[in-house]
Amino acid sequence: MHIFDLIGPVMIGPSSSHTAGAARLGYVARQILAEPPLQAVIGLSGSFARTFRGHGTDRALLAGILGLRPDDVRLRDSMALAGQAGLRYEFRCQELPGAHPNTARITLTGSGGTTAAIQGASVGGGNILITEINGMDVHVTGQNNTLIVLHRDRPGTIAAVTNFVSYSSVNIGNFRLSRPQKGGEAVMTIEVDGTVPESLTANLSILPNVIHVVLIRAV
Amino acid sequence: MLHYQSVEALCHEAEQAGCTISRLVLTDQARVLEREEQSLYDQMSARLQIMQESVQAGMDPALRSTSGLSGGDGAKMQRYAQTGGIAGSFLNQAIARTLAASECNAAMGKIVAAPTAGSCGILPGTILSVLAAGQCTQEQAVMSLFTAGGIGMVLGSQATLAGAEGGCQAECGSAAAMAAAALVELRGGTPTQSAHACAMALKNLLGLVCDPVAGLVEVPCIKRNVAGVMVALSAAEMALAGIESRIPADECISAMYQVGAALPTALRETAQGGLAATPTGRRLQKEIFSSEPDERTGT
Repeated sequence: MHIFDLIGPVMIGPSSSHTAGAARLGYVARQILAEPPLQAVIGLSGSFARTFRGHGTDRALLAGILGLRPDDVRLRDSMALAGQAGLRYEFRCQELPGAHPNTARITLTGSGGTTAAIQGASVGGGNILITEINGMDVHVTGQNNTLIVLHRDRPGTIAAVTNFVSYSSVNIGNFRLSRPQKGGEAVMTIEVDGTVPESLTANLSILPNVIHVVLIRAV
Repeated sequence: MLHYQSVEALCHEAEQAGCTISRLVLTDQARVLEREEQSLYDQMSARLQIMQESVQAGMDPALRSTSGLSGGDGAKMQRYAQTGGIAGSFLNQAIARTLAASECNAAMGKIVAAPTAGSCGILPGTILSVLAAGQCTQEQAVMSLFTAGGIGMVLGSQATLAGAEGGCQAECGSAAAMAAAALVELRGGTPTQSAHACAMALKNLLGLVCDPVAGLVEVPCIKRNVAGVMVALSAAEMALAGIESRIPADECISAMYQVGAALPTALRETAQGGLAATPTGRRLQKEIFSSEPDERTGT
């Protein structure tokens, strides 16, 4: 918790959990897809499913999927913007047993045919918790700047990535690995202290066996 | 590094260093965030500017929320404030600003959550009113937000800022406590006086339930922001007059947390109790949610 969590976030109303947090969830899904989305299927669970209309949760999620930040005033017009961008979308109310009350499942298909799926919750004050990326269990809070590194499970990949982070004088506060299958696709969740240079994600992306790197900046 | 676990410690540190709470918090946060103090000041200054813009946007008489439940009251109040009303133009303009910022939020406008979106009218309603009345400089107004934020961090770490956890006292109560402490500093009070103002504001909103009609941040949230501003102003005035809270700020914060935990779920942002459960509250909920289909698609 820091000063700008209290005097902030700057956001489009009306609700930090149902609007700002929802926009962040959509934004993270868009970052993971890494290409313009053409189709979005959004499952809403719990309180999200019951109150999404009045809070603009649907517009916020869609805005995030279109790459808008939670403080972008175009958020409220996201349905029209989706039409212009050729993005087809569908909201489904689906109960996810055991999930946080404000949970969304977002499945995106991009212009190049790539798909990305995340499950996450808006846990209050605009903060989020991503629990699943492309079928892999993760724990991304976005409280600190966080690097999400999708990679192939090969010897030396973790060392190469963490070495590169250290060369950039960035300190790792927390590291988590999710690897559903030996030798398959895996994900590193790396929380770091302080600021992250813009160049870091691009530089990490070109390392061998790294598929894609996403930086989630703290609120 | 500060721990933001007690208001007393915050005041003690500031008084030991012979500085304001805002200066202490700014220096500390620059260290924590590994940034220059000037860059934090600039960011806070930008946030004060957004508060100002949210008030302006909310003054539009034609403004309406998505549900249609709110909008246009800031403009009504601003017109009325020009007459001076019962309590004079300062207080009535403060009410107008508070309504406007909160209505801007309900209408999906851009706001600064402070500490939450539901309580986003209280800091603009107080700080911007003191600034507009020429009672402080722009720089003092920006710095006072660091005091508000410092107190807010104690509230967040020792109690809660979420209506779902602690009721409205955790949102509007916290915002009022933050504003009261900031107002005292703006008017030249000591850190200890800020602590008393914080305590008095919190005491006067203790037990306030969170019972939004249809679960939306509109009824009664918008007008409760006004109550928060009134409580913050009166608490700051009392503290500046030398009046002390018999119960220290930290104990008030702890009491707020205990009271919040004791509130039934129906009164913690579930739209099942209080005003949400009144016949009119239920009718409005039905009207709002029956006007739209269950699922939405776009092609």
